[in-house]
Amino acid sequence: MSVVGERLQPTIFELSRPGRGGGKIPHPPKDALDRIPASARRATPAALPELSEPEVTRHYVNLSQLNYSVDTGFYPLGSCTMKYNPKINEWAARLPGFAGLHPMAPDAVAQGTLQLLHELEGMLAEISGMDAVTLQPAAGAHGELTGILMIRAYHRSRGDVDRDEVLVPDSSHGTNPATATMAGFRTITIPSASDGGVDIDAFKAALGPRTAAIMITNPSTLGLFERRIGELLEATHAAGALAYMDGANLNAILGHFRPGAAGFDVMHFNVHKTFSTPHGGGGPGAGPVGVRAHLVPFLPAPRVIREDDGSYRLERPGERPASIGRMRSFFGSTGVLVRAYAYIRAHGGSGLREVSDDAVLAANYLKVRLRDTYQVPFDRPCKHEFVASAADIKHRTGVRTLDIAKRLIDKGYHPPTIYFPLTVEEGMLIEPTETESLETLDAFADALIEIAHEADADPDLVKSAPHLAPVKRLDEATAARQPNLRWRGMTGAQMPCPD
Amino acid sequence: MPYGPHAADDRARMLETIGIDSVDALFDDIPEALRAGPLALDEPEPELELSVRLQALAGRNRTDLASFLGAGAYRHWTPAVVDQMLLRGEWYTAYTPYQPEVSQGTLQSIYEYQSLLAALTGLDVVSASHYDGGAATAEAALMTCRATRRDRILVSRAVHPHYRETLETYAEGAGLAAEEIPLVAEGPLAGTTDLTALERLLADPERPVAGVVAAQPNVLGLLEDMGEIGRLAHGAGALFVSVIEPVSLAVLAPPGEYGADIAAGEGQPLGIPLGYGGPYLGIVACSDALIRQIPGRLVGMTTDQDGRRAFVMTMRAREQDIRREKAASNICTNQALLALAASIYLSAIGPHGLRDVAATGASRAADLEAALAGAGAPRLHGAPYLNELVVRVPDARAVHARLLERGILAGIPTADLLPDEPALADGLLVCATEVTTGAEIDRFAAALRAELAGMPVAGGAA
Repeated sequence: MSVVGERLQPTIFELSRPGRGGGKIPHPPKDALDRIPASARRATPAALPELSEPEVTRHYVNLSQLNYSVDTGFYPLGSCTMKYNPKINEWAARLPGFAGLHPMAPDAVAQGTLQLLHELEGMLAEISGMDAVTLQPAAGAHGELTGILMIRAYHRSRGDVDRDEVLVPDSSHGTNPATATMAGFRTITIPSASDGGVDIDAFKAALGPRTAAIMITNPSTLGLFERRIGELLEATHAAGALAYMDGANLNAILGHFRPGAAGFDVMHFNVHKTFSTPHGGGGPGAGPVGVRAHLVPFLPAPRVIREDDGSYRLERPGERPASIGRMRSFFGSTGVLVRAYAYIRAHGGSGLREVSDDAVLAANYLKVRLRDTYQVPFDRPCKHEFVASAADIKHRTGVRTLDIAKRLIDKGYHPPTIYFPLTVEEGMLIEPTETESLETLDAFADALIEIAHEADADPDLVKSAPHLAPVKRLDEATAARQPNLRWRGMTGAQMPCPD
Repeated sequence: MPYGPHAADDRARMLETIGIDSVDALFDDIPEALRAGPLALDEPEPELELSVRLQALAGRNRTDLASFLGAGAYRHWTPAVVDQMLLRGEWYTAYTPYQPEVSQGTLQSIYEYQSLLAALTGLDVVSASHYDGGAATAEAALMTCRATRRDRILVSRAVHPHYRETLETYAEGAGLAAEEIPLVAEGPLAGTTDLTALERLLADPERPVAGVVAAQPNVLGLLEDMGEIGRLAHGAGALFVSVIEPVSLAVLAPPGEYGADIAAGEGQPLGIPLGYGGPYLGIVACSDALIRQIPGRLVGMTTDQDGRRAFVMTMRAREQDIRREKAASNICTNQALLALAASIYLSAIGPHGLRDVAATGASRAADLEAALAGAGAPRLHGAPYLNELVVRVPDARAVHARLLERGILAGIPTADLLPDEPALADGLLVCATEVTTGAEIDRFAAALRAELAGMPVAGGAA
């Protein structure tokens, strides 16, 4: 039986019949739009589907069941921290006082939310060892852009205008180099060292008067802590450059390593990873950014200010003239931040350290369980995730990591991240998180070991997986060559409006 | 740890398998000098106490006021089915559909979202979602520069100031020039984009323009001559970006019809709570010609090996995880769950319902205009509007603050929204939607009348 529902669904456009649905909104007076000139009006109604509410409900319930999710099973997607999403967080974000607050509401009306946001800034600063935090960025990549623009503004403010390079390791997330480009920098890619870490010596050699920043993910995307990070940070600062930490892997080091205290100048948080806010099928997230004191003037506007009388307010326009400006409209993804706040409060400082302890323990346990069957390229403790390689299996049987991933679906699991980072041949990046039981970890390890045996005994079984999913592997080439990106069958509402 | 799964001896069993005595051994690779001491955070809070704290914080916000605030985020009624569906864990606890075989729900929902927004905008290609209206507008402006290989963007001052500021931040980073098109200061077209000035800005042969950005309705609620702005832009070889509000597209001409190459905007009005600014839904749509320039994920229809219809992320060579520094944008995590909310909202409310939402807002806004005029605050502008308008109120900031004491959230002073426009020094931007009641309008008018007559607040806050 498939781990997800098996019944594919018609589109809402195919379900539509003229005259269905309606009755949600009272009809406006017939002349409501008479004062709008015809030239500004829509000539033909938009081709939206007409559905009854029972059909809408069934459609979205049935569609949802075609998804694998954390609430339905183990989702060890490396680099994404697919931990359990606590239900109180969903409840909290929906409280009418939070959900109903207009983003342009005067400060006096918004004291509860402003207090929460100000406290959250303080908590994130404490966790990261940074001096200040902006909550504005909407996602990790948005946080990266915010951070790199602040670094750019910092150098320029010192008349240091020739720094046009950003150094990133080849194992970095693709967002790092893409961010550097968006901020007008040239990316210099540094190859990894043989121990899986950043090649500290290559980085040091590449540092120079043109280096604006280095961007480091620590622990790395291989799940390894950079042991010589202190040395690299010193060299970076000696070269007049700043150090950016991609906080995607913060779940490994809560209460163990504070990047700001260690010498990083800027970092972003992925609250949808570390702080349990749901991933939503691709988003929303939030990507707060922490900075050391020398970058505070450049933080995006507005920040939340706590007045001496204990009240809170947003910064006024122009209050901090060196600010890089706005990264988006309004304050930020406040509903996501409410969830992160609840999560941090539920754990406290000691609980957050236990989160990392258990996440790292689970990853090392899985690694040990798998190391006789798969190659585990780096012989040292990992942090919250590790890379297992199926290179031997591929050479022996022709079964690739992609096939193993698809076969895992048959066994009831979401596959790990595959072929990332690219530095490991046939790699699988496995991140169990701290919220999975020992039984789940064991069953997953058993499944991966069983697949390795299947690869020897019946490679075609694995190569043709998944067998127990609503669809088989997809024709991605045709999808890209002849893109069909929208339904073209609807020609507009068929019935005249009932009023 | 509140969500930990381990029974009493599980950790010990795991440590034994690994062959170590303590989990601390797994952190030996952190240099001793860099190891953190205990975090100075409060003690863990049991769920009962946490829920009380959260309720108290939420209760400190005032959402009991009669609100006439819009300016880029709008109060709407949302059918109950929307949130009931969103609360299914299969939606909100899944991630990016990297494994399409077990992600057909999310993939089909994104395809349907793309199709719905294509129908509303009249454009061909809709991205799976962007962060919000501001970032979407900025990305749309960057698209025009990549497509034309020009580096100058003209943006109307009647585009939401937050969007303009976001665009400026992005443009500054990318080494592009963003210039503002002024507003008409007086006469029947006051408050709309100054087309004569636009023509002049476009005419400089030394500095060709990549894109012209204008909003419909504009930030003052006024309807622009979008067809003419598009003609002027295209006449100079520039692309035209229309900043849209999606509910209005039920009744207003869609961008595809008046020649916009790109539409960008805020999807919050489509069933997404106000939530003090987010999470919201950035909309980016474009013509087929610009498909390679659009940032963010796209989902396409295809088939599986057995010929069954299925959906998959496609044209990924634009994206950061494939192209790294050559990607169209750095966006990775997007707003998929909010795109889903918009789709469920549109499915539940239907084409006639959406039209009713837009038309009811227009009708209530006309009632509001009449009531406020009767109270001594006539409309400031002459151009047509849909459901948001500026009324003239002397000393608007002070009046706005005092109306708050009377329980009225009287929109936003235009001097706060567009501080550099002398013509807007004495105005309030107010908004009505289908949830605005006649009683609220009456309260607003009565309070304003009392305020303008200098009457003291009776009995404190309402």
